[in-house]
Amino acid sequence: MTMQSSRGFHLFHFAAPNTFYPLAGRLAPWFAGLAALLAALGLWLAFFVAPTDATQGEVYRVIFIHVPAAWMSMFVYLVMAFWSGMGIIFNTRLSALMARALAPTGAMFCFVALWTGALWGRPTWGAYWVWDARLTSQLLLLFLYFGYIALTEAIEDPRRGDRAGAILALVGAVNVPIIYFSVKWWNTLHQGASVSLTKAPSMAATMLWGMLIMALAAWAYTIAVALWRVRSLILERERHTDWVSAELDRQGARP
Amino acid sequence: MLKPFVAVLARDLLLAWRGRADVLVTLGFFVIVACLFPFGVGAEPNQLRAIAPGILWVAALLATLLSLHRLFGQDFADGTLEHLLLSPEPTVLWVLAKILAYWLTTSLPLVVAAPGLGMLFDMEQGGLMVLCLSLALGTPILSLLGAVGAALTLGLRGGGMLLALLVLPLFVPVLIFGAGAVEAHLSGTGASAHLLLLSGGALGALVLGPWACAAALRVAAE
Repeated sequence: MTMQSSRGFHLFHFAAPNTFYPLAGRLAPWFAGLAALLAALGLWLAFFVAPTDATQGEVYRVIFIHVPAAWMSMFVYLVMAFWSGMGIIFNTRLSALMARALAPTGAMFCFVALWTGALWGRPTWGAYWVWDARLTSQLLLLFLYFGYIALTEAIEDPRRGDRAGAILALVGAVNVPIIYFSVKWWNTLHQGASVSLTKAPSMAATMLWGMLIMALAAWAYTIAVALWRVRSLILERERHTDWVSAELDRQGARP
Repeated sequence: MLKPFVAVLARDLLLAWRGRADVLVTLGFFVIVACLFPFGVGAEPNQLRAIAPGILWVAALLATLLSLHRLFGQDFADGTLEHLLLSPEPTVLWVLAKILAYWLTTSLPLVVAAPGLGMLFDMEQGGLMVLCLSLALGTPILSLLGAVGAALTLGLRGGGMLLALLVLPLFVPVLIFGAGAVEAHLSGTGASAHLLLLSGGALGALVLGPWACAAALRVAAE
């Protein structure tokens, strides 16, 4: 991922799929281990150390999963748009693969954020779903992810799929803030801020730490999964090349 | 510079005139969808009056969505699009001409028909004016954004459903401000903020939309 700029000798050294493939293979287990470690630490803080919330009781503990998932779902879309832009500007094959590899993880986090939000909303607001600005824009973000995945999967020619997906991701990224603010305004026109999420009471330090550590775990998980997924995408895309044949022979993956 | 723009515009308008039935079908769809709602929610006049702006806007949005395939579909199938892309004229220019022709033949009839439908829902006179204005300002955004989606899904199997998935989330702000303008007028707060935002959105879409659409067409025709 970001390794390509840290090597001074050649900016695009790792932009070639055949050099990035082994690098991704070496990095992914480290990030996976880091994710497991941070998640264990974060969940321990969340369930055993953090105090019970004075107003919401035990149910507030869902934020240790909910908030990092919501952050991640928005951030992954931006990263996707970034790689899409890189792919269009520099015409690098790997950039579009990176965007494709990130999309399912982003959609997953988006869904997790909505699902845990519903579970939290039932005891707190008395309803699984309210048309709150944040919930609604999160739902629309999920639709944007589905649209991206559906479009890239529907196009059979891989290069056309990459480029069409890149254009869609960039159009979506321009629209995400517009959607967010319009939904926010629409909501305030219809009902008062009776269910605002922003009125969070000042948090205990352990709560904040637990949430931050869980957010870092989500980052590490996303990187690890994206690297593994991009490795499969590279093998699939480059299956006609010699280095993939050599690699498959080396792994004993072919009879 | 203006010659290819006018030529493509005139050609598309002529084609639309020759195939008048298509245009009328879109208008008929708009009317029928709007007329379905009273059957679904009941004929209570106060309720109908309250939901009329939303219904008419959603109907206009769906009518736009279902006619978007006409924008490039025929030209893509018979090879005209490829010739246009190969021509030395700037792509953005004739793409804009096609979108303008599409708006004139598809969305403008909706804008004109909307007050009539508004009367069916017992909307007041001033509300009808604002509805017309909000549709006139909002539907260009729908056309410009929809054109990007139509270009991206050109020639794909199941393109229609895919197109809905791609563009409907992007249409949400237009729906909010379009229907919101009428409601703001009826509640007495004044519609100018909504209408100004719609105009701003239309100008922004006018600047960025044709570029994205041209890029998508080049990808599709490769």
